[in-house]
Amino acid sequence: MFWNKEIECSSRDELHNLQSKRLHNMLLRMYNNVPFYRNKFTELGIHPNDITSVSQLSSLPFTYKQDLRDNYPFGLFAVPQQQVVRLHASSGTTGKPTVVAYTQKDLETWTEVMARSLTMAGISNSDIMQVAYGYGLFTGGLGVHYGAEKVGASVIPISGGNTKKQLQLMEDFGSTVIACTPSYAAFLSESILAEKLLDKIKLKIGVFGAEPWTEEMRSFIQNSIGIKAYNIYGLSEIIGPGVSMECECQNGSHIFEDHFIPEIINPDTGEVLPEGKLGELVFTTITKEALPLLRYRTRDLTTLHYDTCACGRTMVRMGRIIGRSDDMLIIRGVNVFPSQVESVLIELAETTPHYTIIVNRENNLDTLEIQVEVAEQYWTDEMKVLDGLKKKIQHAIANLLGINASIKLVEPNSMQRFEGKAQRVIDNRKL
Amino acid sequence: MIVKQLSVFLENKLGRLTELTKVLAEHDINISAFSIADGTDYGIIRCIVGRPELAYTVLKEHKFSVTITDVACLIVPHKPGGLYHALQIISNNNISIDYMYAFAAEHDAVVVIRTESTQELIQILQDNKLELLRSGDIYQI
Repeated sequence: MFWNKEIECSSRDELHNLQSKRLHNMLLRMYNNVPFYRNKFTELGIHPNDITSVSQLSSLPFTYKQDLRDNYPFGLFAVPQQQVVRLHASSGTTGKPTVVAYTQKDLETWTEVMARSLTMAGISNSDIMQVAYGYGLFTGGLGVHYGAEKVGASVIPISGGNTKKQLQLMEDFGSTVIACTPSYAAFLSESILAEKLLDKIKLKIGVFGAEPWTEEMRSFIQNSIGIKAYNIYGLSEIIGPGVSMECECQNGSHIFEDHFIPEIINPDTGEVLPEGKLGELVFTTITKEALPLLRYRTRDLTTLHYDTCACGRTMVRMGRIIGRSDDMLIIRGVNVFPSQVESVLIELAETTPHYTIIVNRENNLDTLEIQVEVAEQYWTDEMKVLDGLKKKIQHAIANLLGINASIKLVEPNSMQRFEGKAQRVIDNRKL
Repeated sequence: MIVKQLSVFLENKLGRLTELTKVLAEHDINISAFSIADGTDYGIIRCIVGRPELAYTVLKEHKFSVTITDVACLIVPHKPGGLYHALQIISNNNISIDYMYAFAAEHDAVVVIRTESTQELIQILQDNKLELLRSGDIYQI
């Protein structure tokens, strides 16, 4: 199903022309209204009138998260306050929050890309949709909410958490769609099974995002409660959820390139990488009014694929997020992403997708400990079987990462469950 | 002749064993035999209790990871060579013991034995005229 077939399936040439025009307009708006960009362009001897094609994008400077912090709160806005109708902010756990703003037209754009996303997953006015992303300063809840209303679904703005209530409404209202983080979805799946609700609910589609997750996690959720689980991607700096979305092929997420231009770069050199290569995802917002960003460094690592998808969409697909360049742990010189550990654990039927990775440094040597729950049905009273399981996990991790991890089995259901974004890494090293 | 044993997976955390026994005590469940297998970061508690089904339910309610395992309870005379005689019969019949633990009373000792097939073990012990505790008896000890 398509929300806007004309644009979602437009030819690459048409798209290229549209992007070039919009990029040029955005650069002009930046130059005229945002001192930060104006100074940057002047320093580099660039004038927006020199940039007439999207192919010149790689000659333009990057924008970093630090730039948003340095200009906190409103310094990067390209419109006067009177035109700003919405403000969102990141949690700011690592310093000052990042503030993002929307004009009325920005909210319409956001609603449009969210409507395209939900339609792509087969959601329509026949659906009852439970939005279990957090509402509030976080863009997840409200972003999905507006798109869901746009496609005509009956929206339940339940927000995150309160699992009992989630299950009750799911059963009583007959929700057909749930939107939340994948880690909360895994927890909800377990709760549905534990409460023996599978026959009483009508859930068929899940829209999951806001944190990196794995194919294995997808299978776990799909198989345990019999739904189709779709990946949605977004970040507040660019607009929020709805930057890209998976179609029914579940083979990468289509980026809405008429609004957001993606590039993949080498995070160390900044050089643009060829199609299919793994690198850092960079976005340029070409229609945003309140907070336009040029070549914004997402720190998310992925790949881009430009071939036409089996669904008919021409819009570029991004692969799964392998990790964030700042989530990456360097353990004894080896790059480790939590998602790699997760895929190993989920592939083993004996463990649950609930785990914690603990990194320590003892006598100048990094140690990796993985705490993981034994699945209830595999729990046995024979120590040799449990010790065998520990060895099996250790072996699988060593095979994948080349690192020996110490495995600690913990009781089923004893690990913390997350209602929003999961926190699974504890790095105790003072680096 | 099969006796139901409770097996509980416990993380090595201070107070965890106390919590377990508290739940049993509060439900008036008596422990007849008890053993701990200790690993580096977790332990397995194995015990024979009165009313094992009730114990299973209340432990589950308190979020313990508990299973019920079939075991055999063999009675051997409480004197030198008592255990040797029984084990000889078991090994001569090619039965491997997964684990066992024992407690001695005045004249006899009771040995709790777990093997791959409890039924087969019981058959062999009975064929060799060894005495077994019935579940009804042991829950009363």
